[in-house]
Amino acid sequence: MPESPLPTLVPSRRDLFLGYLKIGLFGFGGVAAWARRVIVEERRWLTEREYAEVLGLGQVLPGPNVGNAAVMIGRRFHGLPGALLATAGIYCAPLVILIALCLLYDRYGQLPAVAPAMAGIAAAAAGMVIGTAFKMVGKLKLAPEAIVLLILAAFAAAWLRLPLPLIVLALAPPSIAASLWRAGLILRSETAR
Amino acid sequence: MTLLLQILATFSILSLVAVGGANAVLPEMHRQLVELRGWLDDASFAQLYALAQVAPGPNILVASVMGWRIGSWGGMAMATVGMLLPAAVLAWGVAGLTHRLRGAPWLKPAQGGLVPIAVGLLLAAGLVMAEASSQFGLLPLLVVAVSSVFVWRTNFSPLWVLVGGGVLGSILLR
Repeated sequence: MPESPLPTLVPSRRDLFLGYLKIGLFGFGGVAAWARRVIVEERRWLTEREYAEVLGLGQVLPGPNVGNAAVMIGRRFHGLPGALLATAGIYCAPLVILIALCLLYDRYGQLPAVAPAMAGIAAAAAGMVIGTAFKMVGKLKLAPEAIVLLILAAFAAAWLRLPLPLIVLALAPPSIAASLWRAGLILRSETAR
Repeated sequence: MTLLLQILATFSILSLVAVGGANAVLPEMHRQLVELRGWLDDASFAQLYALAQVAPGPNILVASVMGWRIGSWGGMAMATVGMLLPAAVLAWGVAGLTHRLRGAPWLKPAQGGLVPIAVGLLLAAGLVMAEASSQFGLLPLLVVAVSSVFVWRTNFSPLWVLVGGGVLGSILLR
């Protein structure tokens, strides 16, 4: 798929809140896929690469990565009000639904019989996340060594089930070094001088 | 009151060790709430986790449900604030730092170095979710495959595959 070279748009405070409201409300089985969809494809606040960079920072910091990204994206466009609006947007609808679920659970001692439907939704959500990762790989035009690092990270987390802080500590330094080298900021060779 | 403060303190610590988000911090959350504090037993921990999965939104809200069970609505408020605030303040600080350093020629490439790791971990999260759904047989794996290709190759709203998965599940998985 060719990437449409559309310019990015600066969201108003209201857009920021409403966009994140949608991400939270539709994010069954997690919000990562919806966040990229709304921010990059639907509302075009950030390019594919800008979003991936913010997500990368959100990933290495503690806390929910999309929540961290919401703080950073909110701040980028509207400072403290932006960070607060994006954060409120992403959490408010799910919290209201959670409170309703807690009340149901309190009253009936169990959840409504939604387990089969939820199993189907969870499977679709898993596919959404996998598809989103493939889509990003297709659009980001990563260097060969970056693809190798990507596969290593996925393998270490999904197959070896290593703790994520360990994966980040092990892979971030070589990955950053490779990226700096590509940018010509680390000596390419003696002849480059 | 002391219970609420204890909840706030416990979840604030969890917030700062939660590199990788909710699923990464779950074992430590179990250790803190069930083994160390004795606030919940194993069965209710598992039930509350399932309860949180039914709601949309960031998985980290599993903390809110645990807090609610431990200390009612006050507990929910404390657990939510504790889980979200320290990490958000840190993210705020780092965003400020990258803004201040924006002229530095090494900043963009350095941040770019985190991109493959971010996408790799995203892929891993999807694979782990797919494996978890395979406990219901082959149908969920088919849904995973269709949904992956749908999201990857088209620009239609993923809401369709979520609805389709839910409908298929409620007809065929009961």
